Amino acid sequence: MPIITYREALNQALREEMSRDDRVFIMGEEVGVYNGAYKVSKGLLEEFGENRVVDSPIAELGFSGIGVGAAMAGLRPVIEFMTWNFALLAIDQVVNSAAKMLYMSGGQFNVPIVFRGPNGAALQLGAQHSQAFESWLAHIPGIKVVSPGTPYDAKGLLKSAIRDDNPVVFLEGEMLYNTKGEVPEAEYLIPLGKADVKREGSDCSIITSGKMALVAVQVADQLAKEDIHVDVVDLLTIRPMDVEAIYASVRKTQRAVVLEEGWELCGIGAQVVDFIQRECFDDLDAPVLRVHQADVPMPYAKGLEKIAKPDAAKTIAAIKQVMYRA
Amino acid sequence: MASKKKPDPRRDSQSLRVAGDPALDRELLHSMLLQRRFEEKVGEAYALGKVGGFCHLYIGQEAVSTGIIAQLRPDDYVIGTYRDHGQALVRGITPRAVMAELFGRIDGCSRGKGGSMHMFDRHTNFLGGHGIVGSHVPVAAGVGFAIKYRGGDQVCVCFMGDSVVNIGAFHEALNMAALWKLPVLFVIENNRYGMGTSVERAAAVDDLSRRADGYKGMDGVVIDGMDVHAVRTATEAAIARARTESLPSLLEVRTYRFRGHSMSDAVSGTYRPKEELDEYQTMDPIFSLRDAMVIAGTLTVAEWDAMEHEVAATVQDAWDFADASPEPPPAALYEDVLVDTTS
Amino acid sequence: MATKVFMEALSPTMEEGRLVKWNVAEGTAVKSGDVLAEVETDKAVMELVARGDGVLRKQFVAEGATVPVSSVVGVIAAADEDIGAIVSLAVGVAATAPAAAASSSAVTASATSATNTASAPASAQVTAPVAAPAVAPVVAGSTGPTRSSPLARRLAREGGVNLGAIAGSGPGGRVIKRDIEAAMSGAGAAAPSATTASRAAAVGDFVDEPLTQIRKTIAKRLAESIGPIPTFFLTAEFDMSRVVEMRTQAAALGDDFKVSVNDIVLKAVATALAKHPEVNAHWLGDKIRFFNRVHLGMAVATDDGLIVPVIFDADRKGLRELSRESRELAAKARERKLTPNEYTGSTFSVSNLGMMQIDQFTAIINPPECGILAIGALEDTPVVLDGAVTVRKRMRVTMSCDHRVIDGAVGARFLQELRRMLENPLMLVF
Repeated sequence: MPIITYREALNQALREEMSRDDRVFIMGEEVGVYNGAYKVSKGLLEEFGENRVVDSPIAELGFSGIGVGAAMAGLRPVIEFMTWNFALLAIDQVVNSAAKMLYMSGGQFNVPIVFRGPNGAALQLGAQHSQAFESWLAHIPGIKVVSPGTPYDAKGLLKSAIRDDNPVVFLEGEMLYNTKGEVPEAEYLIPLGKADVKREGSDCSIITSGKMALVAVQVADQLAKEDIHVDVVDLLTIRPMDVEAIYASVRKTQRAVVLEEGWELCGIGAQVVDFIQRECFDDLDAPVLRVHQADVPMPYAKGLEKIAKPDAAKTIAAIKQVMYRA
Repeated sequence: MASKKKPDPRRDSQSLRVAGDPALDRELLHSMLLQRRFEEKVGEAYALGKVGGFCHLYIGQEAVSTGIIAQLRPDDYVIGTYRDHGQALVRGITPRAVMAELFGRIDGCSRGKGGSMHMFDRHTNFLGGHGIVGSHVPVAAGVGFAIKYRGGDQVCVCFMGDSVVNIGAFHEALNMAALWKLPVLFVIENNRYGMGTSVERAAAVDDLSRRADGYKGMDGVVIDGMDVHAVRTATEAAIARARTESLPSLLEVRTYRFRGHSMSDAVSGTYRPKEELDEYQTMDPIFSLRDAMVIAGTLTVAEWDAMEHEVAATVQDAWDFADASPEPPPAALYEDVLVDTTS
Repeated sequence: MATKVFMEALSPTMEEGRLVKWNVAEGTAVKSGDVLAEVETDKAVMELVARGDGVLRKQFVAEGATVPVSSVVGVIAAADEDIGAIVSLAVGVAATAPAAAASSSAVTASATSATNTASAPASAQVTAPVAAPAVAPVVAGSTGPTRSSPLARRLAREGGVNLGAIAGSGPGGRVIKRDIEAAMSGAGAAAPSATTASRAAAVGDFVDEPLTQIRKTIAKRLAESIGPIPTFFLTAEFDMSRVVEMRTQAAALGDDFKVSVNDIVLKAVATALAKHPEVNAHWLGDKIRFFNRVHLGMAVATDDGLIVPVIFDADRKGLRELSRESRELAAKARERKLTPNEYTGSTFSVSNLGMMQIDQFTAIINPPECGILAIGALEDTPVVLDGAVTVRKRMRVTMSCDHRVIDGAVGARFLQELRRMLENPLMLVF
């Protein structure tokens, strides 16, 4: 099986879906002539022309609204945000327009749109460029929120997202674009709303998604050497959340750690913990612990940034604590 | 009875409210009168608790919706603000469906889930009343983008209030519409007040139409919004430009609302004097046209009375229909959040 | 046609309005849209407009009055129109409106006071007993309720384990899964706490005393026993006259030969067990372990409660040694000086309440053992012997048997053996 980067996997997904359906177009800053700020859309302008690969001005609110209007009128836009930090300028279109149109029109106008771009911190980009927005977006009914961590997942999920008739928020990671993994040549889709168990183990569950899924797998492999076997549940889609996968894992391991890139308060982990306490209360042998970013804006200094981020060491410490092996 | 029209220093267009083609005049008059009487009934329904929430009446501005929407094709698109009842009616959503929506009933055009501010209708390409000022302007540009993407010759008309010209979304949308030559009519209904703040106190520009100057190739036009013919004539050209050359326009239609910002706001008071309201009411777009027609001999008093009766019956029928329509069942709560299809 | 003038909902949240001022006097002609009055809503002062043409014939509400939305406040009609029906209706409404308001506030008030009176005694009832123990001396080393993970609670419930008897190994003493598993495998008995519990002086109606570790262990063990162990009981009455005679004769030989009746019973039980390993066994879940050695547990009452020290190889020990050991163990038990290896490992147990004048009782098996013998008091009992009534020293014993291991006849045979020995104590010397 070919081994390609996350970036190439996304590029393949876009190319395949644009070839399959001529209503699909991509719009955003630098997606065309520049080949994409992170080169995800590389080569697409050449192949599909400027009608379908549209360089927009720096106007997130404007072009995301244009995406919504185009979707209401029958097209299938893929709106690229150079990063999700900039998408805050467009949050009105995601929340007030895309997410609510179907409901407030009594089912008449669905908005088949994908909002995608890198989410979460990279390295030393400072406070305004280092934020994870999963919990903000997953709060909103009427949209789906997807957060893949591997090239295989990225491709299969982006293809499904583009074909979905609902608004889909697709969270990538700047640090992920160069990571590599096996991606089959044959076409495949990964359904939205289904989690993937990345490692099987009976001692403790890690519930996670996106970039943190890679950390979780690393943790699982490391702890296996200490005879601690971790079940890694990669949610893949945060809304709707595959709660059954969470329950199955926690019922098996009887303890869980939720690992996420965002902040603690009202984070994804808070919701996961709520699901677990509701449905798996009698299965728990320890409180569920969370690993997340420190409750501060991201600092620039390298050392501070490192301790602010969730990582393998913090995750291992949490796992040992819930296993009473600390 | 002669129209006691005074020159309006705030309006550039001084076209006479004269009658034209009798059949067309009658159609325009009927369209405006239906909106007026319908909304008066809405006010009554609101007072009796049949209609809830925020409710913004269009009374006084009927010439704008009638003057523009009545000349669109069925496959064109209309999108507007929370002050959307009049536009919905002119676009062809039935008075029954609009009233039932206001009553929050299952037979409403948005199944009772939208309410006063969110009228939608797929059959007439009515893309909604939108509740966030400025939010729908880029959406309109997106509809224009889709038309052009497919090589169609439809147009999209986007109604907005005067306060929109000061918000970022407006400028982002106009910039891209001009940049990419999108077939959109951006229609500012300048009723002189954004809620209680006058245009003069909100916009650092005298003529709102001059906002178009910032965008290459975009026409900015000022129109007398109390004269349905003036609205019609001016927008005819803009529609043609959009349809044949795929060019956007910015139309500033000067009008006036005879009611408060919403049902819970005062009609006049600290922000606008009663005298100003009185003055504008002498320019009422409906009675001006009626009087001109009577003078021209194309409308008799008996015909007018008959039209009033017919409209009153239509409105009463809408009320009765809405009142009899059931509330959405509890099961509807979780419907229409997502569709379960892919394409 | 007459038009009623309603108090209109002039804001979405308005439920009543105050009619600030009538702009139009009664008898004045009005047109639809004319401002009739000013109304103060919950948000602002708004205009109430006419919704019909005619004469404002009546004002039903005085300036300054507040009425609910939808009340009729006036009527517009033609100058000569009969409005009698509306007037009588509206006057009725206007009259009842304030009354309704008054009664609704009365409801609120009484509801409030009802709540207060209802809650006052309830809280008194609840707080008083709670407060009482707080006055009692706090027992040293007391702990709060047992902390446990939800999983541990579920496992304990399913396994019939008494959670309170387990010392948790998690943070803050939390009982977790591994503690339950250890307890269920029999290895998890917590060491008795070294804290000295002094029984609190009785103050008030009752005293709450925290569980000592030993009490927890007793509870756990006994609950474990009575729950899952299918127990049956065999009672027999032995003639102890010869035992008593033998004891008296031995004591006459000097201090070196002084033993108690209980010592002799222990010796007999141990000897009988050696001959009947089928009752000298442990139930181990997936197997039964029959012992070739006899480690006899003897229940000892202490101030804290019951503990069962073990006389190892009791069948191989002479009466003198057995007697000395049982005395030492009992003393150590009372002084709480037993080490765990002195109270674990018994294969069968004996509990004697004879000295407490209990005639007969049933004892609870100490798992994983399969039997325990409950010894009653020695009593002078008239019996028929060789056709004549005579008085003999008699003693009742009841054996509790785990039916999973011991069948009725098996237990009975063991008691027959024991009877033979106690009624012919000379056998114990051989």
